[in-house]
Amino acid sequence: MLEIRSLSKAFGGVKATDNVTLDFADGSLTAVIGPNGAGKSTFFNLITGALRPDSGQILLNGVDMAGRSPPEIVRYGIGRAFQVASIFPSLTVEETMLAAVCADQRRASVLHRRFPLAETRDRAEHAMELLGLAVKRNRIAATLSHGDQKLLDIALALVLDPKVLLLDEPTAGMGTEERWRMIDKVRELWEKQKITVVFIEHDMDIVFKIAPEIVVLCYGRILATGTPDAIRRNEAVIEAYLGTEHHAGAAI
Amino acid sequence: MTELQAEQGAPALDVPRTEAKPRRNRDVVIALAVFVVLALLPMVFSSKLLLDFVIRCAAYGLFATSLNLLVGYTGLTSFGHGMFFGLGAYGFGLMMQKTGVPIPVAFVATLAITFVVALVIGAICVRLKEIYFAFVTLAFQMLIHSTILSWVSLTGGDQGLRGGIPRPPFWGIDLSNHLHLYVASCALLVIGLFLMHQIAQSPFGYTLRMIRDNATRASFIGIDVWRAKLTIFVLAALFASTGGVIMALFVSGAYPEFAYWTISGEGIFINMLGGVTTFLGPMVGTVLLLILNDTVTRLTEYHGIVLGIVILFFAIGLRKGLMDFVVEWYARRRAGTGERS
Repeated sequence: MLEIRSLSKAFGGVKATDNVTLDFADGSLTAVIGPNGAGKSTFFNLITGALRPDSGQILLNGVDMAGRSPPEIVRYGIGRAFQVASIFPSLTVEETMLAAVCADQRRASVLHRRFPLAETRDRAEHAMELLGLAVKRNRIAATLSHGDQKLLDIALALVLDPKVLLLDEPTAGMGTEERWRMIDKVRELWEKQKITVVFIEHDMDIVFKIAPEIVVLCYGRILATGTPDAIRRNEAVIEAYLGTEHHAGAAI
Repeated sequence: MTELQAEQGAPALDVPRTEAKPRRNRDVVIALAVFVVLALLPMVFSSKLLLDFVIRCAAYGLFATSLNLLVGYTGLTSFGHGMFFGLGAYGFGLMMQKTGVPIPVAFVATLAITFVVALVIGAICVRLKEIYFAFVTLAFQMLIHSTILSWVSLTGGDQGLRGGIPRPPFWGIDLSNHLHLYVASCALLVIGLFLMHQIAQSPFGYTLRMIRDNATRASFIGIDVWRAKLTIFVLAALFASTGGVIMALFVSGAYPEFAYWTISGEGIFINMLGGVTTFLGPMVGTVLLLILNDTVTRLTEYHGIVLGIVILFFAIGLRKGLMDFVVEWYARRRAGTGERS
């Protein structure tokens, strides 16, 4: 279980994350939404160690992750994919997966053996199959389509067998059809892998269709949490998205 | 194309690649064959100039290839790698002059000193990125160079280590004999290249590639980027230092120029000339640079201009080193004929 307790982070006078307290149950699928500048990516950066919180706790199965380095947090089981696909451009898909498994098995510093190690193959193969990248195993990452690069980014997080997977706008920069394919893939992964998935998304159609739980952030604070129906009717959420002049009788 | 694909001559895009099988035995055979060919060279060509040329290639080749472990494989462009070449030459020379220990002991002690110095300097430098890393390594190089110049009682200052380096025989090897020195240099070169190739093709080699491509992402898959960078910084320093030892044995001395920034500049030049995407690029670059140097300096006193034009040709004309160009051309040709690696 991932528990966030009174998490805060400020940049100068701007409170990017303001006393956030949240629970993500094991095996849950949660969407994090909010207007631009709401602090969604900062929230992810705090959980994954890219930023150090000013105060608060990030408990994964009772162990506090706050202030730990990204490699440490990854080893505890929090994986992450980025808004802009973060991959290794000169490596092939297969090399990327094999090297990531190597790192997860603490064999990234092995000098006396040849790459790839036989014991890394199965997991790499499984991740590629899961994301539909096996047929592109020999493609150099830089030459993949935008959608495939995003999938590779997710595969990189997934191949580490995380307990919690954070996806920062998995559909960013995609066309309508590609978006739906990606989000179907995310849902399929969640159902198959039985892991906790938290994703940031701007497309409300997608959010309301697939996320059983939604968290709304605004100015670094939690504005609302709940089911899609509850969020859709929430006055504060409507106001945050549409403004006070338009919100009477409206729904997202 | 990845450097591995380049080495295997694979086309750049969607082409199945040969399964990566353990190839260490093949590498051992190749290394032994290269050593035997080099060792037998004096029986075919008795020219002392040729043997001298190969010894210099061994010294600079180890240095340049080790620099490529930083530049090409890890994305760390060091402007100060020459400090370890100088450290090797001075460390070994001083050890032999002052302590009179056997050559193997002095060699191991030199590597130990290099290890400690590289560990300290590396721990500071690898925290920095890009140009900051480059210039802080340069600053350390100038610090070491200044120390050599200033500490006259130990290093001989700008005159270098005078009086020659004692080279007592050991295990039946007499390095004051030119032929023995030649064979020993070839052995060090082949062993050094073999070990560096092993590093490049190991899981750690792929960790370095990941760091070069995207260090942030590498840390988010659990890689301790700082530690990996420090490890390769120290390992590369050890090979550069070995190059310095060969040079000290060759000239029977050590000079401040060995630790000057121009040595690091030559290392970068060699890498640009030979190419950084193939393992042997720097070795090819070393041979090219030494040939160019020896030829051009004989023909004109303006050798700097000629070398400058050559580097411009590679940097602007080809936009890659010679080996990069050749391998890409070969890969395209194979792709064109429908061959698959």
